[in-house]
Amino acid sequence: MSYEIVIGLETHTELHTRSKVFCRCDAGFGGEPNSHVCPVCLGLPGTLPVLNRRSLELALLTALALECEIPARFQFDRKNYYYPDLPKNYQISQEYQPLGRNGRLLLVMPDGREKSVRIHNVHLEEDAGKLLHEGGGALVDLNRAGTSLLEIVSYPDIASLAELDVYMATMRQLLRYVGASDCKMQEGSLRFEVNISLRPAGATQLGTKVELKNIGSMKAAMRAAGYEIERQREALEAGREIVQETRLWDEERGVTAPMRSKEGAKDYRYFPEPDLVPVEVDAAWLEALRRSLPEPATARRRRFVAQYGLPDYDAGVLTADRQVADWFEAAVAGRTDQAKTISNWVMTHILKELPGEDDRIEDLKVKPEHLAQLAELVSSGAISGNQAKEVLLLVIESGQPPAEIVEARGMKQLSDASLLEKFVEDVIAANPKQVEQYRAGKEAVLGYLVGQVMKASKGQANPKLVNELLRSRL
Amino acid sequence: MTISRAEVEHIALLSRLSPSEAELERLTHDLAEILAFVAKLSELDLSEVPPTSHPVALVNVTAPDEVEPSLDNDTALRNAPSRQGPFFRTPKIVDAG
Repeated sequence: MSYEIVIGLETHTELHTRSKVFCRCDAGFGGEPNSHVCPVCLGLPGTLPVLNRRSLELALLTALALECEIPARFQFDRKNYYYPDLPKNYQISQEYQPLGRNGRLLLVMPDGREKSVRIHNVHLEEDAGKLLHEGGGALVDLNRAGTSLLEIVSYPDIASLAELDVYMATMRQLLRYVGASDCKMQEGSLRFEVNISLRPAGATQLGTKVELKNIGSMKAAMRAAGYEIERQREALEAGREIVQETRLWDEERGVTAPMRSKEGAKDYRYFPEPDLVPVEVDAAWLEALRRSLPEPATARRRRFVAQYGLPDYDAGVLTADRQVADWFEAAVAGRTDQAKTISNWVMTHILKELPGEDDRIEDLKVKPEHLAQLAELVSSGAISGNQAKEVLLLVIESGQPPAEIVEARGMKQLSDASLLEKFVEDVIAANPKQVEQYRAGKEAVLGYLVGQVMKASKGQANPKLVNELLRSRL
Repeated sequence: MTISRAEVEHIALLSRLSPSEAELERLTHDLAEILAFVAKLSELDLSEVPPTSHPVALVNVTAPDEVEPSLDNDTALRNAPSRQGPFFRTPKIVDAG
């Protein structure tokens, strides 16, 4: 029997704010344990939360980018549970009136097919602290408790692993484009929970779903989902029933295993949060937010083709990540004639420096202005294209400006005809056969002779000038 | 409005409390009385009053995204029943969240 795969996702992302969502403690990652805490996020009695305006704006921007409906008025709710990662014994969240509903995320599959995944809701809540289980107890660090967390819940519209892959990548791209989050999976600022069920092909009823947690990367999500689909398929084929449960992904063993959980523990007793006043979003505010949304990735890709004359392939690679696209545009700095050269450098040499999901172009030593300078050195004839490549690798390694490297290494391109004459004469004298062939009309031989001069000059000769000199001599 | 013993047991479980038999009896009785007392409010005719989560007619109270000093580690942990280095320490936790 063949089965259809049905996948829905919960995406949790930590919003990129300076302070926490309901208090003014530092929301930055890390820090000494329990050093970013105050009476509010420690849940001490008598304290009151106040909503961070930036958290709210980033949440609304994300909801708009996901084409959600934004209600004119919404509020927060308490999700009650007893666990030491949130010392208040409840999490402030949004159950009854999420700030965004009925959105969608458009996926463009590698074969060009488009697929729309509906978004059920987007809501703002506070993150929990971290627990280190150790020996006979747990150590609690509440630095993360109370940081802004946005949850994006999709409908179960994803029908294959390929779509799951594109959904996660597209969601991450959207969150980075909006500036909502830095999406560093290793630091936990982007986390996915995957709900999976199978049903006989053609069935309308959904099968029993299993929720997967403890997923640390997009690769892990793919492996966990792949494992879980096979596990469910085998169970169904053997006539066993799927138990509705939460399973944890075990990265090392490559399996999912049921999470131990006390019966009735998932009874959150939600009620409206009386410590926070409602939020009202009027048309003017909504319009201002809409206007401040950045250019979406697909539009930017089309613009890169039109404005910089780049091939669509280049434009696609460069706009996949907003920071890379920003970086590229900063390097080009209006010199559209340099765009293709810089695009080649970025695609061949710069992106190679960013192999991991969490690597950031802005963390590299090489900066956009270095590439601008390098392109200028080439176009002015100061150095050759080959030399530029050499310099670029040194800049990537050291962060030293190209002009300094060229100066320090004496790499100036030889553009002085009187200095090149000797190389040209030597090469002509040493290659009588090729010279004969060229004179007989075999133009292609010229390239060989230019190469010989370049070699003799240790790559420093200006190839254009060498070309001219050879032609006039022959 | 009343409350059953089974509900009290359920709430005790959610609250990670383990009341004794006698305490369960007493809690069921006391909670039923409290609920009955609060139920007096339902005698009011509120058909014209919209639901509200906050008694003050304010909206959009927010704070700017600025960092203010936090407590130092020792102050933060001063009331902790148990600590280990810079961490709060709790007894063994049986279930994951």
